[in-house]
Amino acid sequence: MEIKIVRQVLEWNEDCNEELKALFKKKKVFVLNVMGSPGAGKTSLITKMIESMKDKYSIAVIEADIEGKIDAEKINSMGIPVVQLHTGGACHIEAMSIKNIVPEFDLNKIDVMIIENIGNLVCPAEFKIGEDIRIVVLSVPEGDDKVEKYPLMFSTSECLVVNKYDMLKYFDFKYDRVASDAKEINPKINIFPVSSSNGDGVDEFVKWLESEIDKKYKS
Amino acid sequence: MHELSATESILRIVNEEAAKHNVSKVTKIKIKMGVLSDLLPECINYYFEIISKNTVSKDAVIEIEKLPLKIKCNSCNAVSNIGIKHFRCPVCNSQDLKIIGGNEFYIDSMEVE
Repeated sequence: MEIKIVRQVLEWNEDCNEELKALFKKKKVFVLNVMGSPGAGKTSLITKMIESMKDKYSIAVIEADIEGKIDAEKINSMGIPVVQLHTGGACHIEAMSIKNIVPEFDLNKIDVMIIENIGNLVCPAEFKIGEDIRIVVLSVPEGDDKVEKYPLMFSTSECLVVNKYDMLKYFDFKYDRVASDAKEINPKINIFPVSSSNGDGVDEFVKWLESEIDKKYKS
Repeated sequence: MHELSATESILRIVNEEAAKHNVSKVTKIKIKMGVLSDLLPECINYYFEIISKNTVSKDAVIEIEKLPLKIKCNSCNAVSNIGIKHFRCPVCNSQDLKIIGGNEFYIDSMEVE
């Protein structure tokens, strides 16, 4: 006998994502999900974002790591509320983990919540965590074939930051290939070449980000 | 890597449905998965075998049907199946597309005894 079921396998995550989105909207918190490989420069980019946005917005950070708290300490030293989320080996964060950690913050006092996902170009793409915008960070040394190899990550993100752009001269990395591959699978993606070590390109990226935030909550 | 949490969810849903229908043995679980999903069917099968022990689903075979990436073109309104690397309308070449299929990941049905 066959029994019809028709239930989403990831239903718990979908439900939880919707719940989080409603909560963040009510509290007017704009949420960024920052993803990318280990070593792509997610934390460095986040520190640059904080430096240039903290006078205008009140920012908080969730740092997801498999182990350790180095990234969280770095951000905490900037005077930003940060909570470390340990996934204990898991390769991504799920909406439920964010839901459990949100009570650690006073959402009434936060304008922008930056969530640094686990370093991984595959798994985090499958799980929505209540975010408004997904930012994928790809760095020059990783190679210009990554969009082609990991299409889901790039097709579900609103923004691609090509980081360590100052290293371009040392690597056989074709920026145009990355940009055209990304636009091919995701015509609406916004692409920014950035160097989070010397700060080049950060202004333009932040300007776009601020316009997205203001579009949602200040108009 | 994240197949384990998805597999746990499959097992939980199937066992819930089995209890609801007073089923003592599930023989097959039919899943539909869009091509945009990165989950590996082999991993799901492997994990399922381990975690389904001592449940009504322990002998169940998982059958995964892949569904294509389906789009509706906002320029010419054509509905087509396309490849993920060529995100264009095959009729008019527009890139202004709405994805209407390919993201699926659901349990469609189960066969029971």
